[in-house]
Amino acid sequence: MVLRLGEAGLADFEQTLRSQIGRSPQFFAKAPVVLDLKDSQGLAAAADFAELKRLLRGLDLVPIGVQNANPAQREAAAEAGLGSFNGAAAQRRAAPTQPAPRPAAGATRSMLVTEPVRSGTQIYARGGDLIVLKSVSPGAEIIADGHIHVYGALRGRAIAGATGDGAARIFVKRLEAELVSIAGRYLVSDQIAAEHLGRPAQIMLDDEHMVVLGN
Amino acid sequence: MAHVIVVTSGKGGVGKTTTSAAVAAGLAMKGKKTVVIDFDVGLRNLDLVMGCERRVVFDFINVINGDANLNQALIRDKRLDQLYVFPTSQTRDKDALKRNGVEKVLDELKQSFDYIVCDSPAGIEHGALTALYFADSAIVVTNPEVSSVRDSDRIIGILAAKSRRAERGEAPVNVHLLLTRYSAERVAKGEMLTVEDVQEILSIPLLGIIPESESVLRASNTGTPVIFDDQSPAGRAYSDAVARFLGETREMRFVKPERRSLFRTLFGRA
Repeated sequence: MVLRLGEAGLADFEQTLRSQIGRSPQFFAKAPVVLDLKDSQGLAAAADFAELKRLLRGLDLVPIGVQNANPAQREAAAEAGLGSFNGAAAQRRAAPTQPAPRPAAGATRSMLVTEPVRSGTQIYARGGDLIVLKSVSPGAEIIADGHIHVYGALRGRAIAGATGDGAARIFVKRLEAELVSIAGRYLVSDQIAAEHLGRPAQIMLDDEHMVVLGN
Repeated sequence: MAHVIVVTSGKGGVGKTTTSAAVAAGLAMKGKKTVVIDFDVGLRNLDLVMGCERRVVFDFINVINGDANLNQALIRDKRLDQLYVFPTSQTRDKDALKRNGVEKVLDELKQSFDYIVCDSPAGIEHGALTALYFADSAIVVTNPEVSSVRDSDRIIGILAAKSRRAERGEAPVNVHLLLTRYSAERVAKGEMLTVEDVQEILSIPLLGIIPESESVLRASNTGTPVIFDDQSPAGRAYSDAVARFLGETREMRFVKPERRSLFRTLFGRA
């Protein structure tokens, strides 16, 4: 996952991160992390990066590298043993067949997918909802920071509230999912009651528990 | 302009080579000048199925590397004068398939052929990706079982994302589903997926249904593409599929409509 470092100091960053992780510790356990330096161009000392690494390790995260770094930051990060990623390229790899263009500033943050999502494909709606008009095949993975809507059959994995939003929900026209997850909680196919399989459903978190509602 | 067809599946053993041989022969029977190319470098089989294994001198890799020219490597079929076989190398591996080299060979073949049928290796690695890269159409060979359907789904996604047409933003590769080794009896018993189950997941147009048939094995072992056997259900089903590919309308044969669906049975239980 990508963590964006703000203008605020490391103490604030740690505080925010700790509370986020506290909400769904399993989801973040040993998660590989790339630091986005877009909003913190001032940070350029190797010691800062070494400190960040210690901080992330302490939170049971695995720091791998930085993105959107300026040349000085790249050098400092490398000295601290962190790789550099090209942010745009990383996004392309994550969503190889991402059919929708990125929303323009001020437009809706939702992502609309009009084609079937094939096995082996991963689509991530960063910072918003994901709407899929066709079916999601077994072995495909759809992820959104917000809600997920599938107007076909959901046969692969759906992960809503990927950055920890416990209010996110998953709506499907036909539930045959391998796995559904909201803010780190999840149900695998075996844990979904037979009465919901093959039927329209809504999945939400109720008091930290995954609940499947039919209609 | 010549048309490039890739016969692909992701999964192995579903009938790609049998289909490549039958479709190429079927197109030639319809008067189309056709060449069928074996992309399965290192596991050379197409020449056996086409019955020309004793006439192989030069191969696809020799031509890619410039060690031989096309006329030296192409083998003219003894039964159909519009049909040519382009065997591959048994001693090399898939790395020998250089994309530039393949493109050059295909461009040269396009000068003199109507259809170029590419028999893809299994998998989703370099060999399979090279075989599908230049395709105009794809025939996705699928058996009525869940693992084959999932692999086909993956290949359809790759065709939509990694083919040259996709990379250039041209019209997408025209993708067709060919269901092979279909046994209406086993479908009736709930042991195989129904046509509807497969189509629902893959959601691409159905080119044909090839029934499971002993004639396919016999055809492979005697080096005669099964489409020549107009007595066998499989041979007739391939003829129908080729006719549909060329735009004719043929009724689907060898499917007994079956209400019960394995998929629903699987998901219906707790």
